[in-house]
Amino acid sequence: MSEPPKDAEAPKLEWRNIRKAFEGKVVLADLDLQVTPGRSLVIIGGSGQGKSVTIKIAAGLMSADAGQMLVDGQDLFALPPKARRGALAQMGMLFQGGALFDSLTVWENVAFRLINADKVARKEAKTRAVGALERVRLGASVADLYPSELSGGMQKRVALARAVVANPQVIFFDEPTTGLDPITSRAINTLITEQVKGLGCTAVTITHDLDSARSVADEIAMLNDGVIVWRGPAADIDRSGNPYVDQFVHGRADGPIKPAI
Amino acid sequence: MAPLSDAELPLVLQPVRSVGRSVLDMLQTAGRVALFGVRGVRAMLAPPWFPGQLGRQLMSVGYFSLPVVGLTAVFTGAALALNIYTGGGRFNAEQIMPQIVALGITRELGPVLAALMLAGRVSAAMAAEIGAMRATEQIDALHTLSTDPYRYLIAPRLLATVIVMPLLVVVADIIGIAGGWVVATKTLDFNGAVYVKNTWDFLQNWDVESGLIKAAVFGFLVALMGCYHGYHSSGGARGVGRATTHAVVSAAILIFAADYLLTAAFTHR
Repeated sequence: MSEPPKDAEAPKLEWRNIRKAFEGKVVLADLDLQVTPGRSLVIIGGSGQGKSVTIKIAAGLMSADAGQMLVDGQDLFALPPKARRGALAQMGMLFQGGALFDSLTVWENVAFRLINADKVARKEAKTRAVGALERVRLGASVADLYPSELSGGMQKRVALARAVVANPQVIFFDEPTTGLDPITSRAINTLITEQVKGLGCTAVTITHDLDSARSVADEIAMLNDGVIVWRGPAADIDRSGNPYVDQFVHGRADGPIKPAI
Repeated sequence: MAPLSDAELPLVLQPVRSVGRSVLDMLQTAGRVALFGVRGVRAMLAPPWFPGQLGRQLMSVGYFSLPVVGLTAVFTGAALALNIYTGGGRFNAEQIMPQIVALGITRELGPVLAALMLAGRVSAAMAAEIGAMRATEQIDALHTLSTDPYRYLIAPRLLATVIVMPLLVVVADIIGIAGGWVVATKTLDFNGAVYVKNTWDFLQNWDVESGLIKAAVFGFLVALMGCYHGYHSSGGARGVGRATTHAVVSAAILIFAADYLLTAAFTHR
């Protein structure tokens, strides 16, 4: 397993000895992982290896059984409620299925946080929402449609616009290209890279789509059986020399990773 | 000493363990529901509030429940009138029918039947909607958008149902008594004006007020069960179905239990 890069800069996010089990089944076993500010980390791994749990803990959607989740050096679980809300407010997330609110129009979805949490006036919020939609290549014509009237790829774009509209410092991407065709996937990857670089934010993506990982990552970490088994620059993924990564990259059935069936 | 596994436990004791486990599960659930309710009430009392959400729920729970509550009340009032007429006739007291219909509707049947209708209509809808939001990660999305789901989803539903239930029961009382009046005047030869006067003179404020207090409590239980089961649903579409069933059944049982407790408390008042 390669060491994380030695960087003088303090990590933006750090999972420190995080443990999580569900009904006795250990999903994360003393997970240690850091992301420095402005970097894009992609976590790859097979199904059921704890990738989603890893980002849900960092996004405050799930608690850990043990360990610390540090955001700017402060343990998310130990912070008083107000400070915790402040730490979480700098984060955005793109969910696997989009998780758009089906009772709201597209622009209301994008502007949801602006209106309901940041108390921005509706008119200004709509202007900003339409601006965010344009940044993900969606015209103002979709603003008044409902999510059910959009294709899967368009819904992902709307969800991306919603995740970035409030200029977060950290964005989590949960399987951003799952269920999309290769062309749409590539378009989403390009948009993710543009948005992350444009905002200069820290990004953590989980995926088992290697094209997506190569496209959006500065670094890639591989999670297996609840621990990081390899971490390195995205360019090294094809010559990692790590048996887990090699098996995953080549999609072989034989090797240290047991298929999840 | 470590507890024995199921296989090690003598056969005769296994039902005891099963009963014990069920009781513990029930207590655990009761505790979780109570905590959920307390969080919901706290969210109701402190800002930020979401008036748009409250307005939507007032319409959905109140206005759209009017037909079903009204129809239930009119038929109940009519049937009650016939039964009391028959019962009263056994000791030559048919003329007391308007008073008993009014008492039965305002104190008992108006609030209980309206609440049961809402358990079927509203509790199920809340469990299904919130459960679907859970299944599609929309509740997680609320968290990541710096919005507390208790304030945005739960508090408006609890508040709307508590506000609307007494209003629906006022309507149910009027329509229920009207149902009795129609039967009495059209088929039992009662005088319409006398029927209304007897009802009006007989009813005391407390008869109606106690029914409205019951209605508010039942409304809270209906919304609480819908929200709780939806919020804690898991397992995709099947989980949403299960949450809906649990919401309706538990709301109905709690309505009857609360009805007895409140009636007992009011009787000894």
